[in-house]
Amino acid sequence: MEACFPAAKATRKAWDQIPRRPESIIPLLQSVQEEQGYLSEEGIAQVAAHAHSAASAVYGVATFYSQFRLRRPGLHTLRVCEGTACHVLGSEEVMETLKELLGVEVGETTPDGVFTLESVRCLGCCSLAPAVMVDNETHGRVGRKEIAAILKRYRKDAR
Amino acid sequence: MRKIRELRVGLATCGVAAGAERVYEALQHEVETAGLRLPIKRVGCLGMCYNEPLVEVVHADGRIDRYGHVKPEDAPRIVSGRAVKDLEVDSERFLSRQVRIVLENCGRIDPESIDEYRANDGYRALEKALREMTPDAVIAEITASGLRGRGGGGFPTGMKWSLAAKEKGPKKYMICNGDEGDPGAFMDRSVLEGDPHRVLEGMVIAAYAIGASEGYLYVRAEYPLAIARLVSSIRDARAAGLLGDHILGTDFSFDLHIKAGAGAFVCGEETALIASIEGRRGMPRRRPPYPSSSGLWGKPTCINNVETLANVPWILRHGAAKFAALGTEKSKGTKVFALAGKIANSGLIEIPMGMSIHDIVFDIGGGIQEGGELKAVQMGGPSGGCLPASLADTPVDYEALKATGAIVGSGGMIILDQETCMVDVARFFLDFTQKESCGKCTFCRIGTKRMLEILERICAGEGTKEDVGRLVDLGEKIKANSLCGLGQTAPNPVLTTAKYFADEYAAHIEGRACPARVCKALLSYRIDPATCKNCGLCARQCPASAIADGDGAQVIDEVVCVKCGRCRQVCPFGAVLVLTGKVSE
Ligand SMILES: Cc1cc2nc3c(=O)[nH]c(=O)nc-3n(C[C@H](O)[C@H](O)[C@H](O)COP(=O)(O)O)c2cc1C
Ligand code: FES
Repeated sequence: MEACFPAAKATRKAWDQIPRRPESIIPLLQSVQEEQGYLSEEGIAQVAAHAHSAASAVYGVATFYSQFRLRRPGLHTLRVCEGTACHVLGSEEVMETLKELLGVEVGETTPDGVFTLESVRCLGCCSLAPAVMVDNETHGRVGRKEIAAILKRYRKDAR
Repeated sequence: MRKIRELRVGLATCGVAAGAERVYEALQHEVETAGLRLPIKRVGCLGMCYNEPLVEVVHADGRIDRYGHVKPEDAPRIVSGRAVKDLEVDSERFLSRQVRIVLENCGRIDPESIDEYRANDGYRALEKALREMTPDAVIAEITASGLRGRGGGGFPTGMKWSLAAKEKGPKKYMICNGDEGDPGAFMDRSVLEGDPHRVLEGMVIAAYAIGASEGYLYVRAEYPLAIARLVSSIRDARAAGLLGDHILGTDFSFDLHIKAGAGAFVCGEETALIASIEGRRGMPRRRPPYPSSSGLWGKPTCINNVETLANVPWILRHGAAKFAALGTEKSKGTKVFALAGKIANSGLIEIPMGMSIHDIVFDIGGGIQEGGELKAVQMGGPSGGCLPASLADTPVDYEALKATGAIVGSGGMIILDQETCMVDVARFFLDFTQKESCGKCTFCRIGTKRMLEILERICAGEGTKEDVGRLVDLGEKIKANSLCGLGQTAPNPVLTTAKYFADEYAAHIEGRACPARVCKALLSYRIDPATCKNCGLCARQCPASAIADGDGAQVIDEVVCVKCGRCRQVCPFGAVLVLTGKVSE
């Protein structure tokens, strides 16, 4: 099979540094997801080839860890913290509000492709509970007002 | 004119989330336009997360002014020192009873500067170990200090090291466990972000003691900032000859890699963590053999937690006796806790072992938020238990806490008040462990699922009289028969709440009531016609259109109501009542 992944030159170069052994499966998958936003079938095949492993083994690893996703996400990923501190300080309401405003369930992407809604167990930001992570940015003490502001900001950026 | 030595801005994850990055920029702009030559330092977490964004002004004489909840527009006031009274925070109570060993540098130094770490005695312990001590002498010192593993198990660190040291080489591994999976804890994150070189130094010393030549730092994927800081710290340490071949010109060589986790709680368990580094599904295996004899790729391996390793440089610098002087008979030194939940001062603290939970909550933590009442303290996350307020005098000590059913754990401390439902908390943790169970052994995979189903039933108001007995019975069996620590401890949150809050379980089952008014199925919303001014605000806010005009007051249609509670939040007159139980009138 002709190598069409990794597509970005920088990633291709980075892969040269990664040992061609099964121990590299997780970092390789992380790099695929970093570049594509998810793990395509093609990406998984490439990882298997590079790590000298069976595609089934790579798939087994990919489905074990919650970080990996097999479906293409939206432009921005909203991760609502459902850790202990956030739970006792109202993360359920945050989640319900987001579901209502976005019209999607956990794991789904809005029809316009802008937001994917996910949950996470603790962002390590418990003193600012309830917390929500948008892509790599953590927002603390979010209530209805903050949620609306966050959605508005990222929607605007998406245009 | 006052003389300022430097400004410090807390820029750990918590600070950044509160907007500290913009405060930093504003301060920088202010200093530049004023033409001042004033260093503004980006520091880690001081622990006072409840005051974020936090700015410290360090005066030439060493005096420190602390300002909390700072906004970018406050920058001119802070730099000039005029009219800042309202920003000042009183840190005396929060800081005075703490003893800082692990957090010694957190919030004080620039974590990305190896020079600053070294200027604060950093890497001196490593120098001492490599130049003046044999590996056996290092192990003897750690053993004498009484240090025990801070990852939750409390295993004596000196003993763990001597086991690994006794194994034959040449290849051995040293692993640092930074997986920190307890949902509601952030000790290791703060140390990795605020003082990464301390962890590296502890790791190199440990590697020297056991004779390891290669190491791995396993960090949660959810901690991107910690990973970034470690990457740059490792690069700087290598360049300074503190990592790699012939460290400090001696015969000792050691290098290490970072592995980012991929989101699996069970990977905090040592054998699962090893499987994960090897690139496999993170499933635990039976022990023995223990990693000390057969670990990573079958080689002798020593695994320690971040906080455990962060203690090591201090112990070598100050001597085991000084460390052992802190704490209780069997629990020496200090412990870092992440205070969160319904506590006034939520943040990161480090206290000498032996301090009572009561003192932590009320002296350091400032008591409960908004005048609430302490109900319980959840310690140790999904493996831990709930300590009721009546046992708040229990000291932080491995054995004393274990006797109550709770544990010291890795350091998560969630404070709960009267508005927290203990059955819901138990359900929350079982939901967590059930989802995180790797599925390898039956008791954990199916047992936790059955326990969760019972708890969900109770929260839904469909519990039966036999349910609590069933939970306890199942719990005991899962503890006795699970393969790894996840299953062996998963029932703890249920068993402790069933023991200390039996009346709350009974209220749910027999009275169909949730006294804390959390379990939605057991609540009903009603508008008190006597208090209602008929303004209609609630009706406009109701997402389910369940509120309509009644006879001079608004009325909720209970069939349509989704019990989101928004009407209660928006009502300016407090006319919305939440009722629970069979006899709710
Ligand atoms: C389910 C489970 C999760 C664990 N998670 C962690 C963790 O996140 N961090 C950690 O240091 N230890 C964790 N441990 C404990 C480790 O297995 C191991 O005992 C510890 O890293 C040893 O280091 P220490 O002796 O310095 O505490 C976990 C154990 C279990 C059973
Ligand atoms: S529990 Fe939500 S950030 Fe920790």
